[in-house]
Amino acid sequence: MTTGTLLAAAAGFALACVILAMILCALRLMIGPTAQDRVLALDTLWMCSMLLSLVLGIGHGSQIYFEAALLIALIGFVSTVALAKFLMRGEVIE
Amino acid sequence: MRRWMPSPALSAGLLLMWLLLNQSLEPAHWLMGVFLGIVAPLLARPLQPQGYARIRKPLALFRLLGLSLIEIVRSCLNVGQIILFRRSEGVNSQFIRVPLDLRDPHGLALLSCLINTTPGTVWAEIIPDRHELLLHIFDLQEEQWWIDTIKNNYERPIIEVFESGVPAGRKEGA
Amino acid sequence: MMNVADTLPWWAALPVAFLLILGGVITVTGAAGLLRLKNFYQRIHGPAITVTLGAGCFLIASMIYFTVLQSRLVIHELLISVFVLMTAPVVAMMIMRAAIYRDRRSRDLTKLAGEREEV
Repeated sequence: MTTGTLLAAAAGFALACVILAMILCALRLMIGPTAQDRVLALDTLWMCSMLLSLVLGIGHGSQIYFEAALLIALIGFVSTVALAKFLMRGEVIE
Repeated sequence: MRRWMPSPALSAGLLLMWLLLNQSLEPAHWLMGVFLGIVAPLLARPLQPQGYARIRKPLALFRLLGLSLIEIVRSCLNVGQIILFRRSEGVNSQFIRVPLDLRDPHGLALLSCLINTTPGTVWAEIIPDRHELLLHIFDLQEEQWWIDTIKNNYERPIIEVFESGVPAGRKEGA
Repeated sequence: MMNVADTLPWWAALPVAFLLILGGVITVTGAAGLLRLKNFYQRIHGPAITVTLGAGCFLIASMIYFTVLQSRLVIHELLISVFVLMTAPVVAMMIMRAAIYRDRRSRDLTKLAGEREEV
C-alpha cells in the first residue's frame, strides 16, 4: 500500500460524508416546517458545498479549488444574512 | 501618524491578507498591500460611528482566544455526543439570562462572536433596560455554572482588553 | 485520481488521512443533528459543530497536504478559516433573532385573534 492509495481512500470517505451531509441538509430544506428552519438548512448547505470543494481539491491535488471555496464562503454569508434580514423585516404572505 | 493610519492592526491585517491571497513575497505585492492597508481604513472610517477599537492589552486578547479555542473543541465533542447518542426529548434546551457589566460595543461584539462560535450556546439578544443577555443553551444542567463561566472566563478578560484605561468605579457611576 | 500523492512521505500522509476522516464524521454529525432534533431552537446548535471543527479539520488537512506536496509554505487556507470564524457567529445570531421575532409576532397575532373572537 502506498501513501497515494491511503489518501485516495481517506479523501473518498470524506467526500462520501460531505455528500451525505448535503443530502441530510436538503431533506431538512424540503420538510422544514418554518421558514427559519429552511434558511438554517440552506446556510449549512452552503458550508457543506465549501467543504466539498476543499475535499475535491485535496483529492485531485490541485489548488484551483481553493478560490472556489473562498467564493462559496463569501456568497453564502451574504445570501444568508440577506435572507435572515428578510425574515425579520419583509412581509411574506403566509 | 494617527491621522494617516487610524488603526495599525487593521492595516497590518490587510497587508497580510493581500500577501496570503497572492501567495508570494514579491516587492510589487508588498507595495500593493501597503497601499491597500493605508487607503482601505481611511475610506472605511466614516462607516464606523464608534471609531476603530483600541486594543489595550494584546497579550490578554491572545490568551483569551487560545482558551476559547480549547473550549470550542471541548464543547464540539460534547454536542456531537449528544446529537449521536441521546434522544431529543431528554435534552434540556433553555434560555437563560446573564447580567452583564461590559458596556464597550467592540467588547460586546467580541463576546457575541466567542459565545456563538462555541457550539451549544447561541446569543439571542440583549434586553436593553436591564442590560441582561438572553442566551440559548443546548443542554442545560446547572444555570449558575453557565453564568459563572461566562462572567469569569469571557467577560472579565474582555473588559481587561478593551476597558482597562477607565477605572471600573467611575464607569458604574456615570 | 491520486498519482501525485505517491511521493508524499508517511509522516505527512497519516495526519492528513486522519484529519480527513475525522472532519467527514463531524460534518455528518452536524447535519444529522439538523435533521434529527425536534424543535428549531435545538436544531440551530447542530450546524455549529460542522462550521467550527468540521471545517477546521479539512482546512488543516489541506494546509499540511499542499505544504508537503509542493515543499513550500502554503497557508492561504488561513483566509477561509478566519473568514468562516468571523462570519459563522453573525449568521447564527441573525437567524436566531429572526426566529425569536417571528415566534413572538405569531404568538401576538394568535392572542389578538383569540381576543377578537371572545368579543
